[in-house]
Amino acid sequence: MEACKYADGRRGFLKKSTAIAALFLTPSIVTKAFAYDKLVPTPVEKEKLQIVINGKSYELMVDIRMSLLDLLREQVGLTGSKKGCDMGQCGACIVLVNGKRVNGCMTLAVDNGNNKITTIEGLATPEKLHPVQEAFISHDAMQCGYCTPGQIMSAVACIREGHANTREEIKAYMEGNICRCGSYQNIVDAILDVKKSGKPV
Amino acid sequence: MSTNHNFFAPFADDDRADAAEKVTGRAKFTAEHAVPNLAYGLFVCSTIAKGTVSKIDESDALKAPGVLDVISFQNCPAVPGYNPAKGGFEWWGLKTLYDNKVRFYGQPVALVVADSFENATAALKLVHVSYEKEAHETDFEKNRKIEAALKPAGNYKRGIEKAYKTAPVFIEAEYKTPIEVHSPMEMHATIAIWEGDDKLTVYDKTQGPKSTQNTLAKTFDIPQKNVRVITEYVGGAFGNGLRSWLHVPAACIAAKKLKRPVKVLLTRPQMFSLVGYRPQSWQKIGIGADKTGKFIGISHSAISNSSRYEDFREGIVDVSKFLYACDNVDTDYKTLPLDLSTPTWMRGPGEVTGCYALESAIDELSYQLKMDPIELRIKNFTTINPENKLPWSAKNLLDCYEAGKTKIGWKNRSAIPGKLKENGWLIGYGMGGGVFGAGKGAASVRLILKEDGTIVLQSAVSDMGPGTSTSMVKVAAETMQMPIHKIKFSLGDSDYPPGPSQGGSGTTSTLGSAVNLVCETLKQGLKELAIQQVPTFKTLAVADLDVKNEVVFSTKDPGTIIGVAELLKLSGKPLIEITKDSGGATPEMRKYAINSFSVHFVKVGVHAKTGEVKLLQIVTTGDAGKIISENTARSQMLGGVVGGIGMALKEELTINHTTGEIENASLGTYHLPLHTDIPPIEVWFVNKPDPIVNAIGAKGVGEISLIGFAAAVTNAVYNATGKRVRDLPITAEKLGFKKV
Repeated sequence: MEACKYADGRRGFLKKSTAIAALFLTPSIVTKAFAYDKLVPTPVEKEKLQIVINGKSYELMVDIRMSLLDLLREQVGLTGSKKGCDMGQCGACIVLVNGKRVNGCMTLAVDNGNNKITTIEGLATPEKLHPVQEAFISHDAMQCGYCTPGQIMSAVACIREGHANTREEIKAYMEGNICRCGSYQNIVDAILDVKKSGKPV
Repeated sequence: MSTNHNFFAPFADDDRADAAEKVTGRAKFTAEHAVPNLAYGLFVCSTIAKGTVSKIDESDALKAPGVLDVISFQNCPAVPGYNPAKGGFEWWGLKTLYDNKVRFYGQPVALVVADSFENATAALKLVHVSYEKEAHETDFEKNRKIEAALKPAGNYKRGIEKAYKTAPVFIEAEYKTPIEVHSPMEMHATIAIWEGDDKLTVYDKTQGPKSTQNTLAKTFDIPQKNVRVITEYVGGAFGNGLRSWLHVPAACIAAKKLKRPVKVLLTRPQMFSLVGYRPQSWQKIGIGADKTGKFIGISHSAISNSSRYEDFREGIVDVSKFLYACDNVDTDYKTLPLDLSTPTWMRGPGEVTGCYALESAIDELSYQLKMDPIELRIKNFTTINPENKLPWSAKNLLDCYEAGKTKIGWKNRSAIPGKLKENGWLIGYGMGGGVFGAGKGAASVRLILKEDGTIVLQSAVSDMGPGTSTSMVKVAAETMQMPIHKIKFSLGDSDYPPGPSQGGSGTTSTLGSAVNLVCETLKQGLKELAIQQVPTFKTLAVADLDVKNEVVFSTKDPGTIIGVAELLKLSGKPLIEITKDSGGATPEMRKYAINSFSVHFVKVGVHAKTGEVKLLQIVTTGDAGKIISENTARSQMLGGVVGGIGMALKEELTINHTTGEIENASLGTYHLPLHTDIPPIEVWFVNKPDPIVNAIGAKGVGEISLIGFAAAVTNAVYNATGKRVRDLPITAEKLGFKKV
């Protein structure tokens, strides 16, 4: 029997988590856990995770199969990072991990021990929006708003990386962020505007 | 729900009302609502395209950690609405987990419910399903040629049939479009919470909270008022949120069975088969004209696919009946049932497919006539709808042609294809037009004037992205002549007064009319209140008064004036609450044909060696009455154009006909337009109020932004290369270039 097909992203993800699970099991179960095609129920392991999210330290017990994205959304309650595909193809889940943009759905939460995570919720201060957020509003760089947090996190990284010098360069370095509503032109306008303003991002 | 504008003040007046919520991640989409004791449901889907499920063995899954239940036809509780004998409700569509029949590959056959997403995901593969397989048919191209396989879906004739064949100049051509999938960025989800046996609260991704409420009340045979549907934000939908798909009742069934809240999530692969799609189509157009270009006859035939269990139809051939003046028109439409899931309305339903063919055929005819394609359209322009003989309430297409021509640089176009070349790229120009109905439906809006003078408007609609709150606040601000930031529009809750589903480009017209009406009613009420309550107003008549900038005043004596908040205080009212319904179409409206129109212009480059097609410049023009919010309307037009880029150059769902399985059910393999696919796009609106459609003069732009665009691209590619692609999407191979 096969369940609904998963693309390789999730399959790889599960394989990996099964393997990690195996490390915590007794030898007889390890054999079963590695025999991926003869699936049997396996005990769930939780691991302690120290992680810093938006400047706040967390010590959590985390299901070792959980993605960083699901940790944020389902366990920590930070739902600003979006799940658009769960297989690293759309960019809606992009967060900054130690300053670098990462698809939150493609990294296991437990692989992020002591990492510093910045999500969309950590970008603005209570008093002031981040310049990229402001520019997204003034250029109407969104419609439904679902890809927006990923676009913004990616845009912040794009500017910090020095890849926002021309429209063409911005497009190339934002290619991993899909916007089905089609706000691309306004998104590029917003990023270029921030870059040209010289505002610190 | 609605935006607190003061949180990050100041904002410009035309900024999107919920922009701050969206850029900060505070906007809550369906799956994001925190519900205590929540369980997670995921579908196990069929791995055959047709047949029966002989057995579902859930024993291994039930042993897995955290698994609470595996629900299938074997153990699914009876759903009252699925039994037509009870209550007489004729159920359409598939019934969730109801029987053992498999009708398409990927059909849900069981729902695994567990205490976490991880546990539910892990248990999916522990549900063992055995099948009795039957032969299936999923191949549209093969089966459309079998007459007996087709179902008649309507035909039409005026004048002489096939008259185009008698014309001095005519063309005949066949056009094909593949299955396209809405693919909004937010995946569908439903959270169901039962409070007792007959009270249900549901968070659902829907374009119509009232529609979902109605469906669920009927499904579970409970009073409509006992179902509350909450949809604060919708992460795109484009039509696939217009009906409640299988996962919606599934969440309710599971939550009822388990007596705890359940969230059912669709995965991205499931988004390609469980929430509808634009059907595959074949079309044939014959069009003929006299030597001056005047159309003599148009014949338009179409076939589109449906499922075996529902006959989905859309208005593919309808555009040919009325867009241009022509005495002799005949159309024929058939559907082809296949072992696939049911298609549904997708942005510009029917018209997108039909206009692609019609606008391509007219372009083909223009070359036969050696006539400019814009001139040919102007030659057949009419202000009287030739199908129903009614005058158009407003039709400013000529302005669109003129503006677009100038902006795209049409004068640089070569009348002979393949003549322009820049840096190794063949250059071409093309255009195509679109049309969509623009009516006014019924909507109710509640207005609450608070003691501080601020206004809250409420209606049970949802917004998938066009910016409903933004435009409604603008309508209210204009009617009340007061600042935008003192008005809030609240939506996304079926407990609010009934509003329409967001679709068919009707929200601004329908809901905007109700907002306008409720604000006018408030103004009238405030004037009357002033006369009753304020001594200096006692002798004045309502006609002598006006309301502006939050004060009621005499137009005759500007000194006779009272603030709205003060008036409220004086009359001892804590607030004023009014609910008004816009009504549907008026008798006056029925005397007119009412449509929105668009014309798209494209400059394209085709690489002379590789055949790569690159859009270089786009101008899109819209004739949709008065534009309420230029900012969000412009974004909507940009979005439709981007959808059109996908249709013309990228999107195509493919099926393995041996298994019936979708081959490219992921965003990595079903190709949506990306950042680098987008050239500079300019949006231009006629922006003249339609005097008939409603009091605010506004019509929709959601559909026209996409309708006709794909033809503009194929026409431009022909102009660049002399090669006509009649089978979307355009690829280098179809242009005769070898795959590199």
